[in-house]
Amino acid sequence: MTILATLLRALALAALFAFAGTLTASAQTQPPATSEKDLLEYLKTCKPGQPCDGRVTIPDRKSGTLVQPEGRGWQERMEGPVKKWGGWFLIAVVVLLALFYMVRGKVRVDAGLSGRKIQRFTGFERFVHWLTATAFIALGLTGLNIRFGRSVLMPLLGDDGFAALSALGKTVHNFTSFAFMVGLVLMVLIWIRHNFPAKGDGAWIAAGGGILKKGVHPPAGKFNFGQKLIFWAVILVGAAIAVTGLLMMFPFYFSSLGGMQQATFLHSILAILLIGVILAHIYIGTLGMQGAFDAMGTGQVDLNWAKEHHSLWVEETQARKGGAAAE
Amino acid sequence: MARMKFLCDSDRCIECNACVTACKNEHEVPWGINRRRVVTINDGKPGEKSISMACMHCTDAPCAAVCPVDCFYKTDDGVVLHSKDLCIGCGYCFYACPFGAPQYPQAGNFGSRGKMDKCTFCAGGPEADGSAEEFEKYGTNRLAEGKLPLCAEMCSTKALLAGDGDIIASIYQERVTKRGYGSGAWGWATAYKTGIQAGPAPGERKG
Repeated sequence: MTILATLLRALALAALFAFAGTLTASAQTQPPATSEKDLLEYLKTCKPGQPCDGRVTIPDRKSGTLVQPEGRGWQERMEGPVKKWGGWFLIAVVVLLALFYMVRGKVRVDAGLSGRKIQRFTGFERFVHWLTATAFIALGLTGLNIRFGRSVLMPLLGDDGFAALSALGKTVHNFTSFAFMVGLVLMVLIWIRHNFPAKGDGAWIAAGGGILKKGVHPPAGKFNFGQKLIFWAVILVGAAIAVTGLLMMFPFYFSSLGGMQQATFLHSILAILLIGVILAHIYIGTLGMQGAFDAMGTGQVDLNWAKEHHSLWVEETQARKGGAAAE
Repeated sequence: MARMKFLCDSDRCIECNACVTACKNEHEVPWGINRRRVVTINDGKPGEKSISMACMHCTDAPCAAVCPVDCFYKTDDGVVLHSKDLCIGCGYCFYACPFGAPQYPQAGNFGSRGKMDKCTFCAGGPEADGSAEEFEKYGTNRLAEGKLPLCAEMCSTKALLAGDGDIIASIYQERVTKRGYGSGAWGWATAYKTGIQAGPAPGERKG
């Protein structure tokens, strides 16, 4: 539990550092300029969080910012890195997975199915997985719609239909996010102890996870190194997405305009990254490997599958069971 | 067709907020929404300037580029308008806007935003010109009546100019030439990418 506490503290600290610059307003060092040209120059020297603002007589404090040229920069980042590169990244992931499937085919259980089942995940573990998974799919689709819908769906649905769908999507996105965050916390609680580096990991990496060749099965515990990577990607990237998402859901409660721009940018780019990772996860859990889906489906996997992919875990489970039976 | 622009001569603006009041009254803008505001920089110090700021109806408007539902459109006069029927209140246009123009009514708890509202250059919205629906959502459509924005018409010192970009630029240039100084057309470099149109910087007066 101390490890968990340290991790959470590190995470909170990282989030704090990321937005500390924009959270608090420090004293103004030099007066703003008297012409627009000077003002734009002055704004360039303006540190994040430092108010380069004028005075307004209305309660809306952020309206004291006369010109914020970063708006265009943000717009360009949302279109370039996020929409263009992000879009190509997702297409590349799908294409690579399809190519991999064509070359390698479905990874089969080499020894054939034994017909004997072994309990891999409890009902609660599966509930936590599917809670997070369904939330993630809903969030992913509605999120992708915000970024890519205008180019992909709008021509198909028309202006009004697409706007109605997007308005619904925004509501779904806002509310489903809480289910996702609950799922993240529960996953940390139930699985973190299985996801620390273990001694089998080196051999597993050296063998490339055994996925490239038939008959190669490096030993692994409850989770192999690849699954550990998925776990940490979901937890760490997911937490960053959750934090930035909360900042977006409570606009200007905790951050300035610069902070909101950073939050939306990070939120989209990290989400696209995580969607790519999860696409690979979905592939190997369904199409890519015989018998893998049962683990999260019925919770019971074939014994031969378990022996090939999680040999250390099988030994451990059977030893515990044997011990319990002997007592 | 004319290309409509705003120009605020900050050497004339006296921060009377008549433009703000005129706008609110003309369009019956709800409480908490400010389509136009007056910002005073260097308040109480040498070089104090007040500038009236609203949507500048940018060339290549970043709000329009970033809107997920593409609710913005540009009129033949170069005015950037939007459809409140399409808007989903995501707030992206505010992050992209260089001038802080988009405004959102509070729609529910916490930060939930309603449909965006902003300066229309007194040109209404997609509904039929002068219709009750148009007024309800966007306010008066003065342009359709052959009138210019009320904020500029109301301006007591004629600091705020609204109208054809070339004409208001030449008015401003004439002023600068006559009085020998001008702090520039605020927002023009950012909005229209035309650089600071008029006048020498303060201090470097024309001889």
